[in-house]
Amino acid sequence: MALAVVIVILVVGSIIFHFASPWWFTDIAADWGTVDFVIDVTFWVTGFVFIAVNLFLAYCVWKFRQAPGHKAVYEPENSKLEVSLSVVTAVGVVLMLAPGLFVWATFVSPPDDAYDVEIIGSQWQWQFRYPGADGVLGTADTQYINEANPWGVNPEDPNGQDDVVIDGNEMHLPVDTDVRGLLRSKDVLHNYTVPQFRVKMDMVPGLVSYLWFRTTASGSYDIMCEEMCGIAHFMMRGNVVVEPRADFEAWLAQQPTFAETQSVAAPSVAAGQQAYAACATCHGPNAEGNQALNAPRLAGLQSWYLERQLNYFKTGVRGGQNDSNGAMMAPMAMGLDDNAIRNLSAYIASLPARPATGTITDADIDNGARIYSRNCAACHLDNGEGTWYTDAPHLAGMSDWYFVNQINNFRQKIRGAHANDLYGEQMVWMATAMADQDEVEDVAAYLNSLR
Amino acid sequence: MAYVPLADQEQELHHPHSWVTKYVFSQDHKVIAIQYGSTAVAVGVVALVLSLLMRLQLGFPETFSLIDPSSYYQAVTMHGMIMVVYLLTALFLGGFGNYLIPLMVGARDMVFPFLNMLSYWVYLVSVIILMASFFAPGGPTGAGWTLYPPQTSMAGTPGHDWGIILMLASLAVFIVAFTMGGLNYVTTVLQARCRGLTMMRLPLSVWGIFTATVLGLFAFPALFVAAIMMAFDTLLHTSFFMPAIIEAGQPLDTAGGSPILFQHLFWFFGHPEVYIVALPVFGLVSDIISTHARKNIFGYRMMVWAIIAIGGLSFIVWAHHMYVSGMNPYFGFFFATTTLIIAVPTALKVYNWVLTLWEGDIRMNVPMFFAIGFIFTFIHGGLTGLFLGNVVIDLPLSDTYFVIAHFHMVMGVSPVLVFFAAVYHWFPLMSGKMYNETIAKWHFWLTFLGAYAIYLPMHYLGFLGVPRRYYALGSTDFIPESAQALNANITIAALIVGAAQLLFLFNIIWSLKNGKKAEHNPWGSASLEWQTPDVPPVHGNWGPKLPSVYRWAYDYSVPGAHQDFIPQSTPEADEPTVDEQHFDPDHDQSKADI
Repeated sequence: MALAVVIVILVVGSIIFHFASPWWFTDIAADWGTVDFVIDVTFWVTGFVFIAVNLFLAYCVWKFRQAPGHKAVYEPENSKLEVSLSVVTAVGVVLMLAPGLFVWATFVSPPDDAYDVEIIGSQWQWQFRYPGADGVLGTADTQYINEANPWGVNPEDPNGQDDVVIDGNEMHLPVDTDVRGLLRSKDVLHNYTVPQFRVKMDMVPGLVSYLWFRTTASGSYDIMCEEMCGIAHFMMRGNVVVEPRADFEAWLAQQPTFAETQSVAAPSVAAGQQAYAACATCHGPNAEGNQALNAPRLAGLQSWYLERQLNYFKTGVRGGQNDSNGAMMAPMAMGLDDNAIRNLSAYIASLPARPATGTITDADIDNGARIYSRNCAACHLDNGEGTWYTDAPHLAGMSDWYFVNQINNFRQKIRGAHANDLYGEQMVWMATAMADQDEVEDVAAYLNSLR
Repeated sequence: MAYVPLADQEQELHHPHSWVTKYVFSQDHKVIAIQYGSTAVAVGVVALVLSLLMRLQLGFPETFSLIDPSSYYQAVTMHGMIMVVYLLTALFLGGFGNYLIPLMVGARDMVFPFLNMLSYWVYLVSVIILMASFFAPGGPTGAGWTLYPPQTSMAGTPGHDWGIILMLASLAVFIVAFTMGGLNYVTTVLQARCRGLTMMRLPLSVWGIFTATVLGLFAFPALFVAAIMMAFDTLLHTSFFMPAIIEAGQPLDTAGGSPILFQHLFWFFGHPEVYIVALPVFGLVSDIISTHARKNIFGYRMMVWAIIAIGGLSFIVWAHHMYVSGMNPYFGFFFATTTLIIAVPTALKVYNWVLTLWEGDIRMNVPMFFAIGFIFTFIHGGLTGLFLGNVVIDLPLSDTYFVIAHFHMVMGVSPVLVFFAAVYHWFPLMSGKMYNETIAKWHFWLTFLGAYAIYLPMHYLGFLGVPRRYYALGSTDFIPESAQALNANITIAALIVGAAQLLFLFNIIWSLKNGKKAEHNPWGSASLEWQTPDVPPVHGNWGPKLPSVYRWAYDYSVPGAHQDFIPQSTPEADEPTVDEQHFDPDHDQSKADI
């Protein structure tokens, strides 16, 4: 009896929840209204069945509950009823399946003139490649991947030379355009999902998968990885900016071609050394750092990391509100142009890396090692030397006090939360692997002990 | 096939002589069943605790974050694998299969009792290996329960060295155990049925367990070879599933393998696995509904054919787990069609359960609460499957919380409700005691309503596009703050449901000792397992003489009978039989002159 009433309440409650729910599909930004249509049809059919069968169930539970003098009817089967129910069910299935298959047929066959964009996934970053003036993407393969060629473009292929390559988590697309995404992975399975586009597809190492969509609304949308790809899977984020074609063309023109990235002149270490004189006041003549001036050790950091951080300070991504130490650095970076930043970074990276003196005394280094190897080593490597591949800086032997300081900044979203910090948010969340201040110090001390 | 003369001969049963051979290394199917069931429940409790740790992380990431990203993925993986394989498969086949098959077919034991004992101990070894991974360097694997390569053995995945090897070893050992048990169940059903018990007189429980076991014997080998191949890839650096890839900036020495091949092998096992769990559940719940509704199961023959049809179809739908895997997308047409076809026999089963209630005389005993709760959750979970099966809808919903909600409704909550229904239903037989009804009803309401409060809203996070397997949502432009509030509510509901299971454990353990003595056949069940001379049945089950069967298992409320059920073992001479006519649809049985 109570159960019959509860079932009715659950049915009604589910319907109310359905219509009252603020959690619903995002506003669509691609021409896949047909997918939404199939979802609507499925809702109507399944919704009808849900209501009808459950109400009938509740009715039976109520009506045929045990009562004095009541006896069950002996009715083993009723072929007519069973056959007609099968037929009705089959009709319902066809109603949902038929439009589904039609829409799938359009999904599997992209238009011939769709704009090809290559989307590359790696642990836990995105890269992108656009065809150059020739309109053709050059061949690519895992064997060509290295620090200077993170896309794996075949350097021998003439078609690839003019390809526009992006080594970063943001892609742009022209609006009102059929886009075919060619999906590649460099390591494990990944997945390209933009909820507003409605479509997704896995990226599989060893093959090129695809999806397509017609962009319909300008805007900036999150790219999510939706195939588990390791410990930082939840932080493999990107961004797609859909914009009018003219804006897109202008953006594209600013991006380097593959050939350009391969022929960049080496930075001048000598020029960097000269420029470094200004830095030495705080960071020390050998970039060994000076805690009294809140200046961390820099020697040992990779040049690409230094370049990025200097650019962040220069553009206000770092050193903003609440980051008092960073605020001291920001004006220093303001005066540097791109070349100066490259030269300076190259010089600092060339300095001998002598481990900074430890300042944390009572830490549990074993606990630090445990936390580090479980959560951090995937990007920063077992020995703490970091790698360009995961955009992870060198940590071993660096200033422990600065590490503590920065982890706390990440945890308080002082660092890493800026919209243009395309790599920092990963650390905001990975930093939670250290449960409290003691654990942060344990990891800091462990890293400082690494040689 | 139906009649096995040997079964009637005096048999030399291997009677136990000591406490150890009676309760530990027992060859009695009933003891083995309870060993299987208790081990499965114990390991299930571990998985439940893991899920609550995950829920705390998701619901209260700032305050109750008890686990780091690494442990989160390990919890995801171990929760899934334990629940699907080590709990549900072991529970329904090793547990209920073992207990019920010999009793329901009127046999003294499984046909290979020693092998049966071995099956349990090998299963226990697989569980120990699995649990050992919690203590191994690096901990258990965190690759997700689907264990998709290449990440399983790569540095970015927790437990990529020891954890994954222990997982693969444990699975291989589990499959050995399953095969020993499975061959036993199938052979016993085919060969050891008592006199008069034709296949079409078997209770649906036996049909469900039997068919599920056949599925398992075909499906598990696919997982077995996949596990062996992956172990080769990991230990010997072969390239079955490994293309040329980069690990942390360095190229690995692998080439030419296919990660998608693993997914095919995995899901060729994985989808039938859904039905390896579901078919026994269908069977058990059919018998429970029929007994407590005092009415025959409606459309028995259709129910049997539906079980067989679902079992057969379950082998040609596997790639619906892979619509967006990067496999040739043209496969989508075939697998969407087969997947939606499977909805027809499944829907018929639901109709027939409800039609069994129709014009019944429903006793709202505790098992019936759980059984009706199951019908509700199964309808819900089945219908959401139509979204995911219909290939295009998988584009937005795949790998979101909609998937989590769907399979927990259909494969988590639903089977578990039937597990509880079945424990409460057969507890008087297994223990000779009654459980405490008040606690059992509290257990039902908290579990049923709590589970719905967890999973209904979760579907809507999926519509929104919240991805599964995320340690933290981070900042996005499409997930509103309210989603976090919803997550917190879901976590609270999960904690309540988790705590409610303590009521169950307490009730069972307390009632074993203090429960009221159960009367013989308290539900008035017609099927054979309740007709043993002793309750609980002793070793050998039937005393000196095996039973004979004269009718199907569903003679409830037969017109003209002395009581509202006729045990299967009652001869035609003593009670009316409608066996000859009851398959005639146009014959109005209620008015039949019998």
